[in-house]
Amino acid sequence: MARELLKGNEAIAEAAIRAGLDAYYGYPITPQNEVLEWMSKRMPELGRAYVQAEAELGAINMVYGAACTGARVMTSSSSPGISLMMEGLSYIAGTEVPMVLVNVMRGGPGLGNIAPSQGDYNQICKGGGHGDYHPIVLAPANIQEAVDMMPLAFDLAEKYLTICCVLLDGSLGQMMEPAELPEMKPYPHPFNQPWAVNGAIGRERRILTSIYLEPLEEEQVNLRLLKRWEEIKKNEIRYKEYYLDDADYVVIGFGSAGRIALSAVRAARAKGIKVGLFRPVSVAPFPYARVEELCKKTQAFLVTEMNSGQMLDDIRLAVRNRVPTRFYGRLGGVMPFADEILAEIEAMVKNPPKAEEDAAQAWLQRALAAVQD
Amino acid sequence: MATLVTPENLVYARTRGLTDMVEHYCPGCTHGVAHRLVAEVLEEMGVLDRTIGVAPVGCSVFAYNYLNCDFVEAAHGRAPAMATGIKRVLPDRIVFTYQGDGDMASIGMGEIVHAAARGENLTVIFINNAIYGMTGGQMAPTSLPGMKTSSSPTGRDVESQGFPIRMSEMLCTLEGAGYVVRRSLHDPANIRKSKKAIRTAFEVQKNGLGFSMVELLSTCPTGWSQTPVASLGWLEEHMIPAFPLGDYKISGPVAALKI
Amino acid sequence: MPAKGWIEVNNLYCKACELCIDACPPKVIALDMERMTPKGYHPAHIVKDGCTGCAICALVCPDAAITVYREVTKAAAAAGG
Repeated sequence: MARELLKGNEAIAEAAIRAGLDAYYGYPITPQNEVLEWMSKRMPELGRAYVQAEAELGAINMVYGAACTGARVMTSSSSPGISLMMEGLSYIAGTEVPMVLVNVMRGGPGLGNIAPSQGDYNQICKGGGHGDYHPIVLAPANIQEAVDMMPLAFDLAEKYLTICCVLLDGSLGQMMEPAELPEMKPYPHPFNQPWAVNGAIGRERRILTSIYLEPLEEEQVNLRLLKRWEEIKKNEIRYKEYYLDDADYVVIGFGSAGRIALSAVRAARAKGIKVGLFRPVSVAPFPYARVEELCKKTQAFLVTEMNSGQMLDDIRLAVRNRVPTRFYGRLGGVMPFADEILAEIEAMVKNPPKAEEDAAQAWLQRALAAVQD
Repeated sequence: MATLVTPENLVYARTRGLTDMVEHYCPGCTHGVAHRLVAEVLEEMGVLDRTIGVAPVGCSVFAYNYLNCDFVEAAHGRAPAMATGIKRVLPDRIVFTYQGDGDMASIGMGEIVHAAARGENLTVIFINNAIYGMTGGQMAPTSLPGMKTSSSPTGRDVESQGFPIRMSEMLCTLEGAGYVVRRSLHDPANIRKSKKAIRTAFEVQKNGLGFSMVELLSTCPTGWSQTPVASLGWLEEHMIPAFPLGDYKISGPVAALKI
Repeated sequence: MPAKGWIEVNNLYCKACELCIDACPPKVIALDMERMTPKGYHPAHIVKDGCTGCAICALVCPDAAITVYREVTKAAAAAGG
């Protein structure tokens, strides 16, 4: 297939359709409306299920229903809508059925704004709902990567009977870039998974539920979820590395922050600074082991995100104060420019922090001081 | 006499639409009657193996243990959305929700209105007993003015706690609704009418004639602090005037259905 | 002559709610105070003649505990009923 100029939200939607999407249930919320709108046209065209629900609450529960039948189902939303979906996500995780969630983050908290943000990393990576469970969370940094992630997301969700979230921000959703869409998968495909609830024709009836009144039984369910999470951690770590071979310094960022940081890294290289970029692609499971490895040869890390240091906590878990770490964050829907990150790289090289220094605190002091100026 | 117990003499036996499990409902709770009627109808229609039920949260959270078909468990109030999700990908299955007054008329108000508005080909069995059973007898959206519940201990005060909601009257205004009726389970004649209504509702779904709902006025002896038999009388005396029985929506195509 | 009927009440399910007792037209059902079900209820049972096999008890029973029998008379059998 040829490369076309595609809008992020639309490319993601079409890629899901080509991956065999059976049902899309969603609700409008900026900056991901184009996903819903694309689906509203294409899904009925193809005779597949589509509903604009009464709200995100309705949408996620429609997804829950279809997921129980073994259908390939997804929804998409943005920060306040994801908050509304948290109940449904927990039920889906507790019932152990697969779904794909596209989460296009915007400025918050509360109604916030429609500008791009990464402020919901914790919300989804730590579960996205009540209870002990972990969705798989993948963070693309460009439209081709997002397109390639959609079939993968469905495959992972089904393989591990879990939620797979594709985590991006408003800028990726809105931007247009050349990308190549995959071929259309043969359709329809049967929903005949051995656990699916789809009418007990020729078999014993099945029940799918997330209620386990007996605590000891519920504990076993939780342990089962954790056991699958261990498998996921072993098999599904993904990351990208740029210019790390001879790097003394490593910038770490995911999604759009990582993409912008790449420009800064290239600019720094042009100035002779031996810096590289580590970009986690799976933010859950998080590539702790690789970050630990990088500790051995790195003089300092610069972590940059469009939030107040949420992925930074995961970095800290891996680094454990062994290597000086500096943090740079922008909040509330503000996106950093590459030259801001370049300035941070230069500051890190000129004045490396102490290894025990709290990177988030140090950044916050700087950010508050800048406000006062 | 026990000598009458022969296969030829059998007039009525427990339906195959119910599993063998002992239902956990309080003695005399008409959830059991409603379950039995749904089970009988599905068995008589021969659709048990192509039916998917969506259980609510409430006393009937374990409905899936008692009705003998595929089942899923919904979050509180979300059954109509979950059922929509299922029916849209499996349009040839019979998909129904079974919901109480808290599940449907309180937390689930958004989901039920929109499922009806969209004309989803679903069947909703709505158990209205004017109280929250499972959580210990709190006020429900359908609790009557002056009704004493655990969260309206001096009686429902309409000034601060509002008025009961009449769901059948409300939903029947939606064009997507094909069959919306209110029946009662308080005596044999009304139980028979309820069964007919439930059968009609499932036939409406089978024929793709839009959203169907049967509201069943029901008792909650424990919540109402009455004996099972006295509860039937209380229902007749107090609930029927507040929630009149009748056919609220029968669309043209539904009226033309031959069952 | 009214039909002769009989009911069997399954002790697993009967919860002594007494709805059948209240609904039975000839009033032939009562709780058996001599017996207990596994859950500790006194189950319903027929205590006197007069059951016509009308099945109203089974209609009102919330636990589907009742099986109803009615004598097929010779006349009805001859008519194929």
